Amino acid sequence: MKGLLFERNIPRIAASRVMSKLTHSGKGVAIGPLRLTDIDEPVLPGPHWVRVKPILAGICGSDLSLLDGKGSRYYESMVSFPFVPGHEVVGTVEERGTDGNVVQKRVVVEPVLTCVTRGIDPPCPACAAGDTGQCSGITTGHLHPGLMTGYCADTGGGWSTAGLVAHETQIHTVPNTMDDTDAVMVEPVACAIHAALSVPTEPETLVGVIGSGTLGLTVVAALREFTATGRIVAAAKYPHQRQLAMQLGADAAPGPDGFAREIRRTRHSTVVGKSLPAGADVIFDCVGSQATLEQALSVLRPGGRAVLVGMGYRTAVDLAPLWHRELAIQGSYTYGTETLHGKRVRTFDLAIDLASRLELGRLVSAAYPLERYEDAVEHAAGAGSRGAVKIVFDLQRKIGHGSSQHA
Amino acid sequence: MSPRPGYVLEVDRSTPPVLFWNGEGYLLEKLPPERSRVIYPPDPLHPLEDPIAKIRHALDHPMGDSQPLETLLHPDMRLTIAFDDVSLPLPAMQAPDARQLVIEQVLEMAAEAGVEDVVLLAALSLHRRMTEAELRHALGNRVYNAFEPHGLLLQHDAEDPDGLILLGTTDHGEEVEINRRAATSDLLVYVNINLVPMDGGHKSVATGLASYRSVRHHHNAHTMTHSRSFMDMDHSELHSANWRMGRFIRESGVKVFQIETTLNTNAFPSQFSFLQRREWEWTPRDRAGFFASSKALALMGDRTRRTLFHSIKAPMQLTSVQAGEVEAVHQSTLTNVFDQQLVHVDGQTDILTMGLPYISPYNVNSIMNPILVACLGLGYLFNMYRGKPLVREGGVVIMRHPTPWAFNTTHHPSYIDFFEEVLADTTDPVQISKYEEAYATDPWYIQLYRTGHAYHGVHPFYMWYWCAHALEHLSSVIVIGGDRRAVKRLGFRPASTLDDALEMAEDSVGSQPTITHIRVPPLMMAEVS
Repeated sequence: MKGLLFERNIPRIAASRVMSKLTHSGKGVAIGPLRLTDIDEPVLPGPHWVRVKPILAGICGSDLSLLDGKGSRYYESMVSFPFVPGHEVVGTVEERGTDGNVVQKRVVVEPVLTCVTRGIDPPCPACAAGDTGQCSGITTGHLHPGLMTGYCADTGGGWSTAGLVAHETQIHTVPNTMDDTDAVMVEPVACAIHAALSVPTEPETLVGVIGSGTLGLTVVAALREFTATGRIVAAAKYPHQRQLAMQLGADAAPGPDGFAREIRRTRHSTVVGKSLPAGADVIFDCVGSQATLEQALSVLRPGGRAVLVGMGYRTAVDLAPLWHRELAIQGSYTYGTETLHGKRVRTFDLAIDLASRLELGRLVSAAYPLERYEDAVEHAAGAGSRGAVKIVFDLQRKIGHGSSQHA
Repeated sequence: MSPRPGYVLEVDRSTPPVLFWNGEGYLLEKLPPERSRVIYPPDPLHPLEDPIAKIRHALDHPMGDSQPLETLLHPDMRLTIAFDDVSLPLPAMQAPDARQLVIEQVLEMAAEAGVEDVVLLAALSLHRRMTEAELRHALGNRVYNAFEPHGLLLQHDAEDPDGLILLGTTDHGEEVEINRRAATSDLLVYVNINLVPMDGGHKSVATGLASYRSVRHHHNAHTMTHSRSFMDMDHSELHSANWRMGRFIRESGVKVFQIETTLNTNAFPSQFSFLQRREWEWTPRDRAGFFASSKALALMGDRTRRTLFHSIKAPMQLTSVQAGEVEAVHQSTLTNVFDQQLVHVDGQTDILTMGLPYISPYNVNSIMNPILVACLGLGYLFNMYRGKPLVREGGVVIMRHPTPWAFNTTHHPSYIDFFEEVLADTTDPVQISKYEEAYATDPWYIQLYRTGHAYHGVHPFYMWYWCAHALEHLSSVIVIGGDRRAVKRLGFRPASTLDDALEMAEDSVGSQPTITHIRVPPLMMAEVS
């Protein structure tokens, strides 16, 4: 069985970093620490664990950051090497049917490796409260360190035909009516829902979303479906992103140059320096770069809040506007349990509902076999400019071989 | 010898290619023979031999019921001298500017009369503030240095609540609110340059020194579709409204002494003289000038080309000066404008073609953005007629211009939003008015207008209203060589070549259509029978 293995090879990590800087994101994978190799099935860590055979596994922005060698050293102690990446997974588990025969059940994996999965009892306060994304046990317990499946040496990951192992609390049944492509979107959609619900919004709330890749688009959809947010302005660089943003609930989808103008115009704000005295109430930064974070701070109203949804890394940002205008920056990482209409609901349950209802599989633009992982990564890194959104690996060759499916 | 009048050339097989302006450049196009004609403007009129003497004569012998200026000046008075802004003339004329010549004489007389309270006032209306260089060019260094350092050279601010005064409301319900300094002066002298028949008359004060609250009553889609055309005062609702307001201003006690000037159409200096000449009369030097300049322009970047063209100063000269009572003055001015610009044309055409140059009244030293392209073609040039439009109802206008999706962010900030928000929703001049108030009252646009060099937030709406008559009249508008996305955003059809455009136009006007090309600039006014 084949899989993509990421090893802790410092020279190769450095080489991929240099290459991606000199050329562009995704180009460093060929000389980086990721390699296609024969892989054995991971060992089941305990009695409540099952094997998951991936059908589709997505390539996430955090994966690209890792492959470009751009990841922050902050995460070093939270992963264990070597690991098989891939945490956006729809796959199958074997289950004995009522007639005693073994049947394949489709599942999506909630990859966060919580206290329960690690055999930590009692669980940490965050896990006990259902806020599993904030679990403090990610480096302890009977598993090697790992933020989540796809970054842990013990669990395997989605980028492998050998599959992965998942604790029974990590798997969610995929409804029969749901496509595989919709299902592979559940994990990023859960991230988006968690972000969207992390800030209270009202019909008068003006929200800006920076970035219209997978995260940005699904944040727009989540805001529209699960919150009372009034006007949503999504910065979309490419025409297909603009079209999708509007379809998913944005009220305006200007290009990056027009984003601040649109926010300003909506609030009829003046401009002081580069800041808007009457800007947006909330900005979701779904890119996480220095430029986008600075843009977020410049278009927020005084007292406004920026939510960092895109993966954060070491960067330099002028915090003067944050101080002077009493802005807030908050992170938004993964998911857990949300409070919706006064009830506590698992984010993954909401995500399965949303991905299915809005057929978010339409964001899956192309599927590649593992053998073409270099092409796949490069495609994912340049998705926007190539008219694509989400690129996935097709582990069971159900969709096709590297051709665009939905773009 | 008198300058030659305008000329309508019937194109045959021997007709050489005709010059089309193409923004910051030009090219030659072959028009289909036997069904095309080219309208050439009259040659530039002879200038006044002694313009200073003529100005003095006009001030001493005013028209209408006005007293000579000298008798209106006295030591204790408040005197305000308003003047047209940077939108006139086009291109900017070689120094000394007509405004300088007139204002120097007025100031001299004021000094002789012992007038001490004198203020100069640029009549911006809702246009952008002029720069120091532009003011120096219009007024001359002597006048600028004498007034500006002392705070006596002002630019009208249509959004200054303390600087405006509401005089009242006309019997048509139009609020008349104008510049307070001008309205409360003992005498308001207005110094005008009349480039097109729309300019001057009561419009000078009623629009040039008015607020948005006042201007909105006539700068709207209704007025424009009821002006056939707004260049023809007797058939222009724009003028009717301005005349009502102007008379109201007079009846409110504001004493206006109007000075209007006309210029000849010497639009280009000698190195570009071929641009003024009819193609079959081009000399070898003209041909060499055309080809050399075309090649050189092609090698330049956009910014360099723009800088080059906007640095051109026209060797225009005064052809008339008239002063006194507004209406009497303006009647005389119109006669002089028509003497220079009117061309008699028999019948309408199926297709009107025009090459649009690099400049319009609203992009002096700036970018001709797509909205201004539309306004120049459909607002100005389409409306340069008396009688009937040059193109028949249901006909097609073909314009040539690169129409870049580009804006000057300093001069035209609200244009960008208008283009991206309003025109993305609708290009119907009536429908766009639902957005007008938000743009007109936007505090940021107001701040940029008042303190920077930005056109008022509402200005792009006016540019689009200017097109209303043409949009209603035509079946299609085609732009050759434009940015396709920008052209489509305007609601027009993009074409790559003149042949393609003519073929596309046949969808609307049938096969073998008649074609009329207006060879501007210099400007002309068609009298269509």
